Amino acid sequence: MSQAALSMIDDPGPSVAARPIASLPLMITVNGVERRLAVEPWVTLLDLLRDHLDLSGTKKGCDHGQCGACTVLVDGQRINSCLKLAVMLDGAEVTTIEGLGRADALHPLQAAFIEHDAFQCGYCTPGQICSAAGLLSEGHATTREEVREMMSGNICRCGAYTNIADAILDVLGGER
Amino acid sequence: MIRFDYHRPEEIEAALQDAVGERTAYLAGGTNLVDLLKENVARPTRIVDINRLPLRGIAETEDGGLRLGALATNSETAYDERVQRRYPLLSSAILAGASPQLRNAATNGGNLNQRTRCYYFYDVATPCNKREPGQGCGAIGGVNRIHAILGASPSCIATHPSDMCVALAALKAEVRVMGPGGERVIPFADYHRLPGDEPERDSTLRPGELVTAIDLPPEDFSAHHTYLKLRDRLSYAFALVSVAAALRIDGGRIAEARIALGGVAHKPWRREDAEEVLRGSTADAAAFERAADLLLDGAQGQGQNDFKIPLARKAILRALAQAAAGTPQSQTDKRIA
Repeated sequence: MSQAALSMIDDPGPSVAARPIASLPLMITVNGVERRLAVEPWVTLLDLLRDHLDLSGTKKGCDHGQCGACTVLVDGQRINSCLKLAVMLDGAEVTTIEGLGRADALHPLQAAFIEHDAFQCGYCTPGQICSAAGLLSEGHATTREEVREMMSGNICRCGAYTNIADAILDVLGGER
Repeated sequence: MIRFDYHRPEEIEAALQDAVGERTAYLAGGTNLVDLLKENVARPTRIVDINRLPLRGIAETEDGGLRLGALATNSETAYDERVQRRYPLLSSAILAGASPQLRNAATNGGNLNQRTRCYYFYDVATPCNKREPGQGCGAIGGVNRIHAILGASPSCIATHPSDMCVALAALKAEVRVMGPGGERVIPFADYHRLPGDEPERDSTLRPGELVTAIDLPPEDFSAHHTYLKLRDRLSYAFALVSVAAALRIDGGRIAEARIALGGVAHKPWRREDAEEVLRGSTADAAAFERAADLLLDGAQGQGQNDFKIPLARKAILRALAQAAAGTPQSQTDKRIA
């Protein structure tokens, strides 16, 4: 994103309007690629991914940690990328939906979501799949009830919840 | 979002030195502060990122309790084997809150210091004494379905949003803080405060002070406890009313009792007399009614939240029955037994 565009979105407070823009060095590994960047401290991980690194698979839904569309894996843990400042993640490894699988080699969750028709509009799907990948590695869910509870941070306004749970249970059951 | 200077100290002493000036904020998980920055509710000119400080461990204490590092995440704490085995009430309360993504990022210290989710506090176009002292309170006479029924003031009827803190209040945890004046230990009951005429102050933390750990005392309530949370949807919503109940029962009589309520006040709500009335009593409905009477003594609705008073009474009775029976509320199967 250009500096002008950033300024439009991030209205500076009046008392500090004259403060010079101070970018900080950031070393971050995204989908296996090490990046050395200079980032203003108020840029979120979500905006860094979408606007600076052109990784628009991660979606901005509510931008307040209430919908889960921005879920990515940081050092293997699922988090809401809209609520992390990028500069907090110096040295971290980030995996987005673009890094989970490829068109010719889908992640088992991606294949299961297609198989079970686990989406309608698809906007929440990257977050759902990254969240489900986190769920699998955490190992706290085995039953349908547990899957539903442990996926409650991902809202689907199309209401594909039944099929999303089916897809995750399919992968959990080792059928893929 | 306001522009700010960003500091990332490696040591506690350096963090305390960085945190000078009124408009400084410590940043840990970010799950509440980053949101408040976006809304222009929080307008710090200096942010001190404390994530590199060595405060992430969970360790035994000399008295047989457990010390939870301020930077241990909510997930690390809830799933810690010692917390699950010895403090299942705390584990249950943490897992009743937020979502897995938020719990993976949110820290223990941050949980204590998160701000209210009162809509007026978040909406800078409306008056709020907590955000801007002297502006007035939009919630009084406004939309107040989620607001306080106990301990509120004419200045503020906001509630503290935490589930974890309700369990920590019942367990009589202690909060360890470091500041310019050195280290001190704050009993949990004295950490958060009622709004009075200073609703901008959520806690008794002094300027520049940093929470370093939460100490859990050794007392064992693992046999008789429950965290019962009632909310508008089954998961991923703040409590309308919640109850942390912990009992020790010897020979059919209650030897020790702890009850704390969430979602009803500016802090986790405890009444020593409600716990005292249970001690020595049999664990039956009549005793639970007496405790509920005392806990809800002085309860006052604001109109839209009047329903919380009878709801809290039923929740207290049900939670005490669950704790006495040794059948804690599941945070997965939401049917209330």
